[in-house]
Amino acid sequence: MAVDEQLKSEMARQGIVVTSLQELYNWGRRSSVWPMNFGLACCAIEMIATTMARWDMARFGAEVFRPSPRQADLLIVSGTVTKKMAPQVVRLYNQMPEPRYVIAMGACAISGGPFKQGYNVLKGIDRYIPVDVHIPGCPPRPEALLQAFIELQKKIDAQPLTGEGRPRFLDVDAQGEFPVPEPGEHDLEPTSNKGVWTVPVVIK
Amino acid sequence: MTKIGTKLGFGRKKKPEGWNRPPVIEQTSEGELLEVAMGPHHPSTHGVFRMNLALDGERVIRLKPEFGYLHRNHEKLGEGQSYLASMPYTDRLDYLCSLTNNWAYALAVEKLTGQQVPERAEYLRVILSELTRFQNHAGTIGFLMQDMGCSGTPLMYAFREREKILDLFEELTGSRMMCNYMRFGGCRVDATPAWLDATRKVVAGLPAFLDEFEALLRSNEILMARTQGVGILPPDLAVNAGITGPLLRASGVNYDIRKVDHYGIYDRFNFKVPLGDHGDVYDRFMIRMLEMRESLKILDQALKEIPGGPVVDPKAKIRGFRPKPGEAYGRIESPKGELGFYLISDGGPNPYRYRVRPPSLINLTVLEDMSLGQNVADVVLILGSVDIVMGEVDR
Amino acid sequence: MKTVEEIKAAIEAAVPGAGVEVVHNPGPSGQHSLRLDPSHAVEVAKFLRSDAELAFDFLSNVTGVDWPDREVTEKVRVTRPVTRTVDGVEQTVEETVEETRKHVERGCLEVVFHLFSIEKKHGPLVLRMRTVNRTDQVELPSLTPVWRSAEFQEREIFDLYGVVFKGHPDLRRILMWEGFKDHPMRRDYVEPDDFDYEPTAHDEVLARAKAHQAALQAAAVGHEGTGAD
Repeated sequence: MAVDEQLKSEMARQGIVVTSLQELYNWGRRSSVWPMNFGLACCAIEMIATTMARWDMARFGAEVFRPSPRQADLLIVSGTVTKKMAPQVVRLYNQMPEPRYVIAMGACAISGGPFKQGYNVLKGIDRYIPVDVHIPGCPPRPEALLQAFIELQKKIDAQPLTGEGRPRFLDVDAQGEFPVPEPGEHDLEPTSNKGVWTVPVVIK
Repeated sequence: MTKIGTKLGFGRKKKPEGWNRPPVIEQTSEGELLEVAMGPHHPSTHGVFRMNLALDGERVIRLKPEFGYLHRNHEKLGEGQSYLASMPYTDRLDYLCSLTNNWAYALAVEKLTGQQVPERAEYLRVILSELTRFQNHAGTIGFLMQDMGCSGTPLMYAFREREKILDLFEELTGSRMMCNYMRFGGCRVDATPAWLDATRKVVAGLPAFLDEFEALLRSNEILMARTQGVGILPPDLAVNAGITGPLLRASGVNYDIRKVDHYGIYDRFNFKVPLGDHGDVYDRFMIRMLEMRESLKILDQALKEIPGGPVVDPKAKIRGFRPKPGEAYGRIESPKGELGFYLISDGGPNPYRYRVRPPSLINLTVLEDMSLGQNVADVVLILGSVDIVMGEVDR
Repeated sequence: MKTVEEIKAAIEAAVPGAGVEVVHNPGPSGQHSLRLDPSHAVEVAKFLRSDAELAFDFLSNVTGVDWPDREVTEKVRVTRPVTRTVDGVEQTVEETVEETRKHVERGCLEVVFHLFSIEKKHGPLVLRMRTVNRTDQVELPSLTPVWRSAEFQEREIFDLYGVVFKGHPDLRRILMWEGFKDHPMRRDYVEPDDFDYEPTAHDEVLARAKAHQAALQAAAVGHEGTGAD
């Protein structure tokens, strides 16, 4: 049973903190999201700049960049994903334990960006893995990455622990492994994961 | 100092066949070799780079670099679009130094079309390139220390100064990293007097940072123990393998394109080319430290002498032009080494061939030679001292 | 630095029968080049590197260039006899007419080398070599044994253009993955069809996106009988 918001703030004023398990749990999760130390291209430099003294990502509980995917919660796809690199990115994502989140940082990770017409450039990482937050920009400024991070925290906060819309790791039937594309003779095979990505409808 | 020719001895000393190949290292222990694939996701490979190592205990027996994880088809895209449209793409080659990339490309196109650059634009180009060189070298040293396990502090210091320089770039060009500032026959926008004053102020503060940085690192015992005598590159191999930039000069070869080609207006400035003695990782670290000081010298002179006038040649052809059939190779001394652009025009609006000569890729030619017989932990340092950016290696 | 003509003379004196040609560069850069005969290229390269006066010890840049087969249309002035009636009398007159002729110029793959001298601080000297054609005779001698800096660049040209360098110590693909079949920098390379979502398509991309959609619809019509959507 959720507590009435008004009653809750009333009690907080009296020094009594009331919370629900869901709130406590999500508060813990969102306050220590550990990103993976994984830089792809130009955006990685802005990602590093975000962790440095001026922008200081540590304020959001995300200063611990883990080199291993097995210790990380957040994959920041920071830069152009080439077709040679895409299988490795999916494999890294598969190696991350749940709960795991993905930020597609920059135009290249979203859609291929300026390099979209290149023969070796993947037109967006969301063709293979589910993406939680997209940040536009080439590269996005550190403020934009922080904004994406805050958005991600809001998203984690709003996740119910049971029922419809619960996170993947609390859902026994949810997909855990995502198929890794194989480099073929001319292109990646398959060219997208149909379970994750469908061709978006362009509204004219 | 000995003269370069006598030191290298080309044409005088006869070299045996195959002297420029990596040596074969014998296995000394019993048992199997350990094969390690380092990368493409590895925190110290500076991006998506992979090294296939064969280890005998801790010793490196074989090292094969593998590239292409960031191959973004820069050259193919460049052939399909106009000359001007490639300018923003050059920013993304070596994404730490977009302004020097701009300059190299502008220089090549200016050679192809025979354009002139006004004085003020030349000065602005020098100022921006030297600022770029400064922040690149500071960052490289920071990352090198990070690779050594000195987690954070030097990199934080370097990025603190880098942010100051990036603020200047942003104020002038509109972007922190991808500046897209230079044009064929000049620069895109003029610098205001306020910007020049702000630059003077930042440059005046940089020597203090360098003193602090040097005091922190230069005689640090761990740094000296880890880097001295590690990853030695002999000068004759460096020349033969086409190594350029600080890596070449750390091996004692006096070759700085700013001094050799005098491109732009570099012949007007008084600066020295620091040279190393041993060609090890420590020398490369020190060369970068000293080059930062020389950059500050150039900056001081350029900021003092910068004249007024236009920043773009009024007759400059910037967009929609068709160069006469022909070809040109233009090169500059970028912070990583010789960055060259080779353009072939067939008379059309797009280049027929657009080639980037990437210093980072060619500097990696000797990675195996430098690493063989070293400990695996030192390979990370040697790679860090080469100073690569994958956007340029794979293009 | 010597001019390319002088360098050509020096090469021909040192390597008899080298077959060096001067290629004139009409552009304002004035970087003329020398075209080498592939069978003597390694000897010439060794001479250029070790000659005390030239001392081209630094091979800076190696570039591949693709010259596809192209149809050349040229106007030729032809003089031919024509029968004409002048003042009621038939005469045979020599007449000069412009005629357009077409012929196919065989394409080739070209490799361009830019040499500098670190010892003498001069350069660039531009060397070029051409393969016989673009399909089966694509072999050129490797200059990696002379200048190590060619190692990765020649691998790149092998990968992206398909020039086979004989004598290269480790000729593998460098940028694309093993098992990739095409040579993407060639001008007739067709990119894989991943044009399924092009929100801001224009020009050529728009045409390709439309072609992709048409192909998809054709496939969907073909599948309707089997119950797929």
